[in-house]
Amino acid sequence: MDIKYLVRKSISIRMKVVEIIYKSRMGHIGGSLSETDILVALFYAVMKPDDKFILSKGHSVEAYYVILADKGLIPWEELEKYCHFGSRLIGHPSVDIPGIDVATGSLGHGLSIACGMALALKLDKKDNKVYVLMGDGELQEGSVWEAAMFASTHKLDNLVAIVDRNRLQIGGDTESIVKLEPLADRWASFGWEVKEMNGHDIEEIVNTLNSFTFNSKPHIAIARTIKGKGVSFIENNYRWHHGELDEEKYQKAVEELKRHLEAIG
Amino acid sequence: MNPHIPCRKAFSEKLFELAKDDKSIIVLTTDARFSAAIDVFSYHLPNQFIDVGIAEQNAIGIAAGLSKMGRKPFVFMPACFLSARCIDQIKVDVIYSKSNVKLIGVSGGISYGPLGYTHHAVNDVAIMRTFPGMTIILPSDANQAKLVAEKLVEHTGPVYVRMGRGPVPPVYHENLRFEIGKANLLTEGDDVTIIGIGETTYYCLEAGKLLKKNSNINAEIIDMPTVKPLDEDLLFKEAKKTGRIVVVEEHSICGGLGSAIAEFLSQNFPTPMKILSLPDDFPIAGSSLQVFDYYGLTPEKISRSVVDFLSRFRK
Repeated sequence: MDIKYLVRKSISIRMKVVEIIYKSRMGHIGGSLSETDILVALFYAVMKPDDKFILSKGHSVEAYYVILADKGLIPWEELEKYCHFGSRLIGHPSVDIPGIDVATGSLGHGLSIACGMALALKLDKKDNKVYVLMGDGELQEGSVWEAAMFASTHKLDNLVAIVDRNRLQIGGDTESIVKLEPLADRWASFGWEVKEMNGHDIEEIVNTLNSFTFNSKPHIAIARTIKGKGVSFIENNYRWHHGELDEEKYQKAVEELKRHLEAIG
Repeated sequence: MNPHIPCRKAFSEKLFELAKDDKSIIVLTTDARFSAAIDVFSYHLPNQFIDVGIAEQNAIGIAAGLSKMGRKPFVFMPACFLSARCIDQIKVDVIYSKSNVKLIGVSGGISYGPLGYTHHAVNDVAIMRTFPGMTIILPSDANQAKLVAEKLVEHTGPVYVRMGRGPVPPVYHENLRFEIGKANLLTEGDDVTIIGIGETTYYCLEAGKLLKKNSNINAEIIDMPTVKPLDEDLLFKEAKKTGRIVVVEEHSICGGLGSAIAEFLSQNFPTPMKILSLPDDFPIAGSSLQVFDYYGLTPEKISRSVVDFLSRFRK
């Protein structure tokens, strides 16, 4: 695993995310920057061909589009059309995009769909895995816990959920709105194998996700993250959930990301 | 011998037969295996049966996931819950995600009459009709329900089927027909067109006999099991022929088959119409027959409404 390559990849993806959000004057910048390292770990190190991925926190679609473009599934220049009139690159994933199996954007759906996929793989006796990335605010949806009970009942140990635990939702701190803690204990009590990880340490993410074995339990990795990671004035500020970038802020963000890139060498 | 059989039983029996040879068929339910008459899968085809428990939203999501992996999921649950509790999953995971999921609503309409409004599904067609790409089918008897099961296994795309709980008399005998999107002309006539759907078709046939006997009115009777896509060709032709259309349905006046037909005809061949249905209200409690009678959906009352309608809209 070439960590330096992955970290550089992650920063360049953030730069493109910031650019398309600046150009379209809309997007979910906080969540996209928060999840970027997790997506890089998944798409460039962890997932094998025929593994499945669902972005259940569909609003953080920008980083996902950039990765799909980097993988050649979307023409790179099409990213310029993000959220433009008539574009297929809209603000939430849809099945019109190659590589995307299901539409998401209404929260609390992805884990159920992932259960269905994982079950089909089990019935077919295939050893591929299904990965699903959820937001932490999303866990307030009751349907997530319906799926959580189902997954452990059916011993879906080919199912790996990841929570982007940046602790912020639109209205503020998750714990001040509806408490999610003790989050790890809650998942464990639903019969899941739970691990926690630093959601911005790509090596740790890869090692954690790869450590999940076929042990009769569904797996969840709670990724401690910072909303808006990589751009200091966006970081940890819930007002940036879907904040707009003006010219000045865009330049500031790009300069900061460039400095991160230079620092790696 | 023409025994009265519930459509849901006939449908599930046929699906079970087909599933023995087609391992991609998988049935899901939400703690309704007996109501849906699919418990036989749990005994004999356990790998093609999933009881998700009382979790309707989860059931639809799982079905969508299974379909994306090449399975043909049929999700069975009471129509009242299927058409309301999990509608966001139907919208996003099934319709918008273009998942090949069959949604089978059992004990629909006012089948659970005495149980109250929580258990009635009288606006389900209205809800399902608003989704682009959704097919909606209400079989009128057990024989047709079997044929629907057969067709759906071969059909790719989302479909909502609504069937009632109780046994229903046969509408079809040697003349059994069902094609998605096609209505069937059951009785020829040129004074008025009476269109039935689901369990009302039988009552329409009986009403037609009364109209002939008591009033010498030649009613043509049509069974229209598919609400969407609507059989526009047939509607156009029959509206031109008889000039007067009566729709009888076990659904709220809002948004059902009557509405669908009115939307089409009013814009293409405006034709006087009468919609005999349930009101835009909480239906009264009672057995199916009692409730049908109360709202004027039994043969005698349908025929009287038709006579009144024809007197108001003369050719």
